[in-house]
Amino acid sequence: MDAMSVAVAIDRVEKRFASLRALAGVSLQIAEGEFFGLLGPNGAGKTTLISCLAGLVRPDAGALSVMGHDVVTDYREARRRLGVVPQELVFDPFFSVRETLRIQSGYFGIRKNDDWIDEILANLDLTSKAEVNMRRLSGGMKRRVLVAQALVHKPPVIVLDEPTAGVDVELRQGLWQFVRRLNQDGHTVILTTHYLEEAEALCGRIAMLKQGHVVALDTTRNLLAGVAGQTLQLRLAGSQPLPPALGARATESDGNWIFHLAGLDEIEPLLAALREGNCVIDDLRLTQSDLEDVFLGVMQNSGSAHEGGR
Amino acid sequence: MSRGFVTLLYKEVLRFWKVSFQTVGAPVLTALLYLMIFSHVLESHVQVHGVPYGAFLIPGLVIMSALQNAFANSSSSLIQSKVTGSVVFVLLPPISYVEFFLAYVVAAMLRGMMVGVGVLAVTMWFAPLTFVAPQWILLFIALGGGIMGTLGMIAGIWADKFDQLAGFQNFLIMPLTMLSGVFYSIHSLPEFWQLVSRFNPVFYMIDGFRFGFFGVSDVAPEISLTVVMASFLAVSAATLVLLRSGYKLRS
Ligand SMILES: Nc1ncnc2c1ncn2[C@@H]1O[C@H](COP(=O)(O)OP(=O)(O)OP(=O)(O)O)[C@@H](O)[C@H]1O
Ligand SMILES: [Mg+2]
Repeated sequence: MDAMSVAVAIDRVEKRFASLRALAGVSLQIAEGEFFGLLGPNGAGKTTLISCLAGLVRPDAGALSVMGHDVVTDYREARRRLGVVPQELVFDPFFSVRETLRIQSGYFGIRKNDDWIDEILANLDLTSKAEVNMRRLSGGMKRRVLVAQALVHKPPVIVLDEPTAGVDVELRQGLWQFVRRLNQDGHTVILTTHYLEEAEALCGRIAMLKQGHVVALDTTRNLLAGVAGQTLQLRLAGSQPLPPALGARATESDGNWIFHLAGLDEIEPLLAALREGNCVIDDLRLTQSDLEDVFLGVMQNSGSAHEGGR
Repeated sequence: MSRGFVTLLYKEVLRFWKVSFQTVGAPVLTALLYLMIFSHVLESHVQVHGVPYGAFLIPGLVIMSALQNAFANSSSSLIQSKVTGSVVFVLLPPISYVEFFLAYVVAAMLRGMMVGVGVLAVTMWFAPLTFVAPQWILLFIALGGGIMGTLGMIAGIWADKFDQLAGFQNFLIMPLTMLSGVFYSIHSLPEFWQLVSRFNPVFYMIDGFRFGFFGVSDVAPEISLTVVMASFLAVSAATLVLLRSGYKLRS
């Protein structure tokens, strides 16, 4: 990645809250035009990292920059280039949607912004609510206004911290279409979400965070390749045990036996072994391995490696 | 000044103007009630500096209302946006901490002055007022509002909950403004309380302000101006240090 194309550089960032190590030396480089996913369980440090990038939290160590501008020493330029959709559903109850967006434009030094505001409103299906007071919007609508607020200054880097929490299916599709288009137009997008299918479908590259550490960082394709294959779930009638030959390969969960298969050709021998053991199958399901399997695998395997950090 | 500053100032003014019935109208009514009660009771008995009591009282009520509302403006705006989380909207943009400071303080000054004008407009008919030196009137209400707006910022940044803010208001701001010569000349106080009053910067704001009306005061207006300016500089410096450090705003 040459220096010109780096949209976001995060270099050994550390942050403590009292005795809690929220970020334990995080380094990431995100290139211009990327659609980047930031995943991790609750409390992993995703929001803290985003807050450091936005200047809402001051890191104890390390440096961050947006489009080459340090977020501390050159904060004006950095912030002009960054749009953040905060995770918390916040709003200013004094204003209408349009007033909110006009004021937010003004904060970023933009005087006449109504054309772009109208376009954002249309894309987020908010046009009919433009003159409505923020207090009178539903939760999902307020979240859309948060997205709109992050976009008023057309930032080259857009960070969305769980933008789809509480948003209905239809709008979620619309939102992703809009964000995808922004990404195609050259905006760098950083996304955190707990909906892993969303991340899988949208993100070109993914970092996984756990207890303030980056525990996985790769293209979505490579991450998925690590779990290539299928998962077979089956339930035996009358809670029979598995034949000993198969028992070692399976894990049990809620009376279901789960097998990870490298390919579909492994099914036939498996079924044959069951038949030989006189097992009667009650239920059987075959699913393609997905990002969720990767995520769970990474989180398990990175287990206690970093626990000492606390 | 950047557009960001102008917008933040505009937003802060719009915030109170949209509810001006409560933020301007209510304090004007309160001041009017004070005037009617106190001047009715005391008018026939008291003259201060040779001025009838009702007339003496009006400038005190004007600036007291202005000061309390300047404080209320910045403190309530900050605590509200902190409690609701909407403070991020002003922390994310490229606005410097100096601009941030100025926007809140100027908005507080404006609210104070609007309340002051409102109180003056409804009370001036009740007593013979003069305007001997209007420049002092303007100067002291502006600087007084600035100081209180700045204190309001400190309180709003420091407080995590509304009741902490109420504590600040009830135990610091109210005593300072009430025990400052709004209702009396400090020369009518016992020696000890005169001395105490002289350590209260609000006393100088009110005394200098009143000089602008009647041309008489407890201390020379130049002295009051010096004290008020020095107080403004001190609280501003303290607030700027807080803002620069990110105290309670940027963790
Ligand atoms: N202001 C704060 N003061 C104290 N602790 C904090 C603060 N902000 C975050 N933390 C702690 O830091 C850790 C990381 O929090 P963070 O919000 O970054 O997690 P996250 O990955 O965004 O989680 P989620 O998926 O739940 O949003 C958590 O343990 C959290 O309790
Ligand atoms: Mg979070």
